[in-house]
Amino acid sequence: MTDQIMLKVERLTKTYATAAGPLTVLREVAFSIEAGAMLAVVGPSGSGKTTLLGLCAGLDQPTAGTVTLNGTELGRLTEDERALVRNDCVGFVFQSFQLIPTLTALENVLVPLELRGGHDGLAEARELLARVGLGDRLGHYPVQLSGGEQQRVALARAFINRPKILFCDEPTGNLDDDNARVMLDLVFGLNRERGTTLVLVTHNHELARRCSRIIRLRGGAVVGDEKALTTDSADGHR
Amino acid sequence: MNFILKMAWRDTRASRRRLVLFSLSIVLGVAALVAIGSFRDNLRRAVENQSKGLLGADLAVTSRQKLPDEARAYLAGLGGESSRETAFSSMIVFPTRGGQTRIVQVRALEGAFPFYGEVVTAPAGAFAQLREGDHAILEDTLLAQFGVSVGDPVRIGEATFTVAGALQKIPGESPAVAMLSPRVYIPLRALEQTHLVQAGSLVRYRTYFKFPPSLDVEALVRDLRERFRGLQLGLDTVEHRKRDLGRALENVHSFLSLVGFIALFLGAIGVASAMHVYIQQKVATIAMLRCLGATARRSFAIYLVQGLGLGLLGAGLGAGLGVAAQLALPALFRSFLPFEADVFVSWRAVAGGMAAGLVICLLFTLLPLLSIRRVSPLLALRSGFGEEPPARDPLRWALYALIGAAVLGFALWQTDRWQRGVGFALALAAGFGVLTGVARLLAWAARRWCPRRLPYVWRQGLANLYRPNNRTVLLLVSLGLGTFLVLTLYLARESLLREFRGSTGDDRPNLLFFDIQDDQLAGLEALVRTAGAPERQEAPIVTMRVSALKGRPVDAVLRDRALRIPAWTLRHEYRSTYRGHLTDTERVTAGSFTGRVAPGTEVVPVSLEEGLAKEMQVQLGDEITFDVQGVPVRTRVASLRAVEWQRLQPNFFVVFPEGVLEPAPKFHVLAVRARSSAHSAAVQQAVVHAYPNVSAIDLGLVLQTFDGIFAKVSLVVRFMAMFVAVTGIIVLAGAVLTGRFQRVRENVLLRTLGATRRQVQRIMLVEYSVLGVLAAVTGSVLAVGANWLLMRFVFETHFVAPPLLLLAAVAAVTAVTLATGLLSSRGACDHPPLEVLRQET
Repeated sequence: MTDQIMLKVERLTKTYATAAGPLTVLREVAFSIEAGAMLAVVGPSGSGKTTLLGLCAGLDQPTAGTVTLNGTELGRLTEDERALVRNDCVGFVFQSFQLIPTLTALENVLVPLELRGGHDGLAEARELLARVGLGDRLGHYPVQLSGGEQQRVALARAFINRPKILFCDEPTGNLDDDNARVMLDLVFGLNRERGTTLVLVTHNHELARRCSRIIRLRGGAVVGDEKALTTDSADGHR
Repeated sequence: MNFILKMAWRDTRASRRRLVLFSLSIVLGVAALVAIGSFRDNLRRAVENQSKGLLGADLAVTSRQKLPDEARAYLAGLGGESSRETAFSSMIVFPTRGGQTRIVQVRALEGAFPFYGEVVTAPAGAFAQLREGDHAILEDTLLAQFGVSVGDPVRIGEATFTVAGALQKIPGESPAVAMLSPRVYIPLRALEQTHLVQAGSLVRYRTYFKFPPSLDVEALVRDLRERFRGLQLGLDTVEHRKRDLGRALENVHSFLSLVGFIALFLGAIGVASAMHVYIQQKVATIAMLRCLGATARRSFAIYLVQGLGLGLLGAGLGAGLGVAAQLALPALFRSFLPFEADVFVSWRAVAGGMAAGLVICLLFTLLPLLSIRRVSPLLALRSGFGEEPPARDPLRWALYALIGAAVLGFALWQTDRWQRGVGFALALAAGFGVLTGVARLLAWAARRWCPRRLPYVWRQGLANLYRPNNRTVLLLVSLGLGTFLVLTLYLARESLLREFRGSTGDDRPNLLFFDIQDDQLAGLEALVRTAGAPERQEAPIVTMRVSALKGRPVDAVLRDRALRIPAWTLRHEYRSTYRGHLTDTERVTAGSFTGRVAPGTEVVPVSLEEGLAKEMQVQLGDEITFDVQGVPVRTRVASLRAVEWQRLQPNFFVVFPEGVLEPAPKFHVLAVRARSSAHSAAVQQAVVHAYPNVSAIDLGLVLQTFDGIFAKVSLVVRFMAMFVAVTGIIVLAGAVLTGRFQRVRENVLLRTLGATRRQVQRIMLVEYSVLGVLAAVTGSVLAVGANWLLMRFVFETHFVAPPLLLLAAVAAVTAVTLATGLLSSRGACDHPPLEVLRQET
């Protein structure tokens, strides 16, 4: 772990225009995390967790404040430039898997590399799929995979471009306990192996405690920022 | 680029069949354009290759009077060969068929015409027999119609001829000529024996010339026109024929192309609508791609490639089908073509049709694709929430403008006058506007007024008219337009036929005798009375020409280009009458009708038909001098009349008062009323037997002829309308299949909640029935409106809309909609609910 700042969020505010008037879902949020750190963002439904994740990953523009990712202030970039940043150093795992239904497991994993114009990621994609236990399911389509398997494909896809930071949005929200456990072991394992920074959004406190730091959100504002007592990063084991 | 192509191809995996179906929407439009364009090129080449055969000679000189000696001598001095023809209408009698009669065009021919091209007869070579003995060559249809064989005798006037063969094709004339009046060729030397050509008879004299190749025929025509200006000769050359034919071909081609274009346009709307739903279903994939780092342009490009592929596939399939359909066109047009056309594939037409298809398809596909640029990657995190309302997209408006420009460009390209092109584009916009407006109105009405007391399946079916992703607008536009085109044809036919039939419905005349000489009139009147056919109208007819207009000689007026008076109004041989009263087919619209003048009146007050007066640019009080067979008669326009030309009664452009024309050479027309077609035939036989020079027109025959021509024309238009209607069905099937996933999900939910399979099917039945009926009714209303306008302003006759015909149209369109809808949705109830619900998660 180094002391280099991977993600810096300053006075971040997001307000949506709704039929009932402006709705502020995030207000004045600020924090920063070092490269290789594991951050959990927790809070009840509607507290602004997913919005914060979207803003940090450059999926949306804040109403006010700044997000600096890997030294680049995202607010200064166009959407297409942010897309390139995402392709270059961001990985995603979503609650609802978000695999492309018309692509096989292997093709899904290869998309980020192909977007870069790369042709030589095949071996790594196979290896990653084998690593997540799907070495024999390369040619299967998402509809032919179970929920747990789909989420593992999504994880392999997230790591294929060797991201500097991985954003996970409730990665086990749609999985049963056994599948959730396997999934988390993989997330933390791969993260540790590759030194990736992790931002994990969850309302599962047990899961959050496996991270090195926990930020608590309520009503769009940070109400707590603490180091976890037992962390995966600290002892390397659960 | 590689990624874009790869991703575009992979992304179609689950929907290739669906995409092929989308592309089918434009297949028929492209096919129509390719077939018509290729056929046009075939005809052009045929015109070029067979140009001499178009006339059968280098020059044809036509006149209403025998050429004066001076002119004949001049023409004879030009060298080359000539062939003379004298043509007129008369009755032919078939003695072997109990003396049955039929009005025909008699052509008495002398010489070696045709000099170019071939006369086709059965048996072959029969035409040569005209030169030996008293033979006649009869139109093919006459032999079949009257059961006459080669070798049988026929009588024309007072002469008897032996049938030498059946005429199938003669250079210079389209077979359609025979539909109006069948042709009978006899030798010119035998004309005398018929005793049919007398003073005042309506005869056309024509001389065909074949010149040495070195002679400049066009220069000769200019010289002849100048030299014999006063004779008002008709001068026809191969070049004229080519030009006229070329123009006619272009007109037909532009009309058919525009109908084909409607099919293409409709198909493109179908593609756009299907793509819209398709892209909606792809939003999650697009959002994910954006998350993984795809730029907006790249995501857009992936689906643009798919759209392009779809357009290429449709255009390619359309071109293939068009080439095949082209083979059917010569048969369809055979009756109208004066030559045989070889069929070959015109690559120019194939490329043109494909390009039109691709451009229109692409422009319409871009409409739904534009939204891809605005798909936020945030949608991968959560769908819907936080989406900003779509801002006005200037690119979308630019695209609408491009589509408008493309339609206008195509219309201008296909039409010879820009006004027509603009008119077509506006009419298309108006048609689509009305249909779309009606569809929206109906959807709104269904939402607003759907009675709550209706059974559930009815309410659910009606609700489908306005729910999100409904097909109301698409269906009404596509099926409504198809119904409109086909029904317009049928209604026009009904209205026109009804108008003719109407004149037989009461006590109006239905049999016309003409060419009656002065001394035959009294006898013939007595004969028809005895035969039980009461006389309804008698009119003397005097032929005359205009020699001066408002004091200026006709030649001077014709040369005055500033006036723009149509030449025919001044060159026409007027067959005028004189009488003391108006008939029931005319009324005075200006001035007052003068029935009688004192003998020796210097300026005779006459009555002009109002349309002619407008064309001639004359008003009440203006003076016209007529040359009545050599005698100048000064007249003054004293009244204008509106005339119902469509009534089968003697009607006239110019009516003189009594007291002027009585001494002029003339013949008479007599209109009588026969009880039935058998009675009419008997009366005709009796009259022709007693007065062989008198000809008869039977209304029944006119009606039959008209119906025959209409049937052939409507066959062509129906063929084209079929492209539009079938496109409508494909678009419908595409729309149903596109919404199928959503429909299956809804059905599953309904079934999960306890709906039976039968209930689900009945909901669909209600939906498609209502859509079918609405499309049919809207199309019918438009057709009724268009027909009213057509009848009122083009045909100037009464408009009819038989309720049974309309009902049949509505029933047929509804049945087709229902069948297509239910067939495309089959299996939508077969999915086990669990299978679908599992996919949801």
